[in-house]
Amino acid sequence: MAEAAIANPVRPALDAIAARDTSSLSAGQRLALKYFLVAMVLFVAQMLFGLLAGLQFLYPEFLYGVLDFNVNRMVHINAMIVWMLYGFIGSIYWLVEDEAGVELVGAKLANINFWVLTSAVAVVVVVYLVVQVGPGNKMSIWFINEGREYIEAPRWADIGIVVCMGVFFYTVAGTFMKGRWSGISGTLVLDLIALAGLYLAGMFYTTNLSVDQYWWWWVVHLWVEATWEVLVGCIMAWGLMKTLGARREIVTTWLYIEVAMMFGAGILGLGHHYFWIGTPEYWLGIGGFFSALEPIPLVAMVVHAVYDAGRHSFQSRNHPALAWLIAHAFGNFLGAGVWGFIHTLPQINLYTHGTQWTTSHGHLAFFGAYATIVIAFIYIALQRWRGDVWMSGDLPDRGWKWKWSLALLNVGMLGMTIALLIAGYEQSFIERAIGGSTWAAYFEGQTQPWFVQGMQWRMVFGVVMTLGMVLLLWDFLTIGRGETRPAKEVHAPGPHVG
Amino acid sequence: MSDGVWWASQDFWRKCAIFVTAGMFLVLILLTFHSLAAITAGQDRVPAYSVINHRIDYVFDEERNMKVPVIGEEAPLFGEVLSEEEARALVDLGKLTVQAKNCMNCHTLLGNGAYYAPDLTKAWLDPGWGNEQARELLMTMFLKDPKTNARTYGTNRRMPDLGVTDEEVRGIIAFLKWMSAVDTNGFPQGFEPLPQGGA
Ligand code: HEC
Ligand code: HEM
Ligand code: HEM
Ligand SMILES: [Fe+2]
Repeated sequence: MAEAAIANPVRPALDAIAARDTSSLSAGQRLALKYFLVAMVLFVAQMLFGLLAGLQFLYPEFLYGVLDFNVNRMVHINAMIVWMLYGFIGSIYWLVEDEAGVELVGAKLANINFWVLTSAVAVVVVVYLVVQVGPGNKMSIWFINEGREYIEAPRWADIGIVVCMGVFFYTVAGTFMKGRWSGISGTLVLDLIALAGLYLAGMFYTTNLSVDQYWWWWVVHLWVEATWEVLVGCIMAWGLMKTLGARREIVTTWLYIEVAMMFGAGILGLGHHYFWIGTPEYWLGIGGFFSALEPIPLVAMVVHAVYDAGRHSFQSRNHPALAWLIAHAFGNFLGAGVWGFIHTLPQINLYTHGTQWTTSHGHLAFFGAYATIVIAFIYIALQRWRGDVWMSGDLPDRGWKWKWSLALLNVGMLGMTIALLIAGYEQSFIERAIGGSTWAAYFEGQTQPWFVQGMQWRMVFGVVMTLGMVLLLWDFLTIGRGETRPAKEVHAPGPHVG
Repeated sequence: MSDGVWWASQDFWRKCAIFVTAGMFLVLILLTFHSLAAITAGQDRVPAYSVINHRIDYVFDEERNMKVPVIGEEAPLFGEVLSEEEARALVDLGKLTVQAKNCMNCHTLLGNGAYYAPDLTKAWLDPGWGNEQARELLMTMFLKDPKTNARTYGTNRRMPDLGVTDEEVRGIIAFLKWMSAVDTNGFPQGFEPLPQGGA
């Protein structure tokens, strides 16, 4: 897909952005739109390759030897990681000037950076799809793929990504330094340093698989359960101020509370991945205990969002964005908090480790926590781009597109998650508890009716999600067009009581 | 939150966030030093690469109340005793091949990866290989040509031909043998290895 699907649809759409009136937007905001566009192209790719991989569970002959499961899965999860990072970068470029009170520093450089990064992503994907695998030597790891889940990008691309992140960081931190700092921007910048630093932990080769996985989890866990959470916490704080008119002191205080709790539990919660990889037994206790605390900040975030929305009587200037922000709070709590908690104690994880339980949790957590907030932010950006138009109640045709896409995507994801969880129960019982995880026991589990039906329902709900995605993209293209009413005014309510 | 109570003040929570983060990170660093020492190849939890010269078993340990790998008498892989350095090079080739062929986007290793194919943590000890005498040959044949040697237990879910060379296959098998000797705190639970020693 890469050259074809990335380059081609992006070009005309970029021209469209150029042709449409973007003169009212700042440099950072125009850049943000480009990042969002690529993010959505990759979202489509993610879904398509997810469907292919899911179909192969049911029809193993499908594309066998042409696009094997490992290739489809790699593209599926890599497209996901990259589109979410693009979504975050876009969101940060969107808010940085507003938050700093000055124009973007190094706007030209930032623009070149976008093209470099996007070309690199395109090349990586083409190589994944065309070359797929290489001989067992370092060249393969440098130029084809690294073969480590989520961070498969070959080494040259790792280095490129780090450089591009450096440029991104320079422009963002530089803008805050030139303008003003705030609690939100300070937290954001420190978090970005940690996020980039952690990526380095995944950039080396070792023969020792235990050491390999030790550091691999630093990237994966300390991203999604620590630094990404705080990053979206910052974005959320800004988003609540903008959509609801929430007061800065309140969102900032909440943000600090969330950071304290998230890092307090999430850093040592890393230990829930160190139960079975060769690391010492003390991780069973440390990992089990601290990761069991991780849901607490996620509950706090739900309370925060609902409290803020309720305090403003759900009067927002952007209904779709607010709805997705609330979906984010609940999705994060359910997918990460509840679905994470159910398999995080070592006594349970012994049987569920590496089964469809994990997939079930992985899907709901990534979607609930991160897909949602990127979508919310795109709505915020679209409103401004289309001229700060009305996006509250009473939309033309009752806003059916955003409402239906919200419903289809969320119901599809929940349905898929439950189908996978049922398959996972069955797998951990038959393959793990009874069969002792042998080759034969694995297939014993895979052929049980409940497992197979779980795989079928995953596809059904995957199609539901895909419809939701199509509708979402259609809504992105149309919402607010031709709207003449200005955006609803929202005010910060009176001083906090109690 | 400007009403003055200390627990609602921004300043209090900012300090909290900084100290909690710094404190937790410091603990993680200290634990990392200890853990890395414990999982260095040749230390107590992760075997030296020359473990591939020995028989490996997986037996119940009363004291720890879990199964643990037991390294037995000499039983060289492919009948050839290797030095520590030669063994490391062979396992290294296996690990590189596993990465370059992207095995982990179908299989799990130590339980991490993808769920389309069996966990390989104890693949070396899998009863599917019949017995110790047949194992090396059957594994080699399977990895060289997983299409013709497919089992799939009625699912037709075959492993594709990944074009591995003879040398890479030897490396993969060495890597799998080494991995089966890592102390994984009893994961996978209840795994019964293929008959050891007997014919
Ligand atoms: C496209 C998915 C896919 C990829 C990639 C893949 N495998 Fe497999 N593998 C399978 C499937 C499916 C089976 C079960 C095949 C059967 O039963 O015939 C299997 C079976 C195995 C087995 C025997 C099962 C056992 O428990 O001992 C081993 C060993 C194995 N693979 C090793 C590897 C190695 C090493 C690699 C990388 C070089 C690899 N596989 C790459 C799908 C894959
Ligand atoms: C938004 C936050 C989160 C995301 C995006 C997320 C995502 C994931 C993903 C994708 C995996 C699978 C990794 C792999 O491929 O091997 C995973 C594993 C795991 N997650 Fe989360 N997670 C989040 C939060 C949490 C929380 C809060 C908990 C605990 C309370 C948790 C507990 C676990 C556990 C125990 C595993 C290991 C599963 C196994 O043993 O196979 N996660 N997570
Ligand atoms: C059309 C909808 C989708 C389908 C059919 C689908 C299918 C799949 C399949 C088959 C796998 C491999 C699981 C395995 O190894 O057994 C997978 C993995 C994964 N998918 Fe999806 N997917 C879809 C949408 C999504 C979405 C929207 C997200 C997140 C936003 C997502 C996130 C993930 C993650 C994180 C993994 C790795 C899970 C793990 O390692 O535990 N997927 N998906
Ligand atoms: Fe984790």
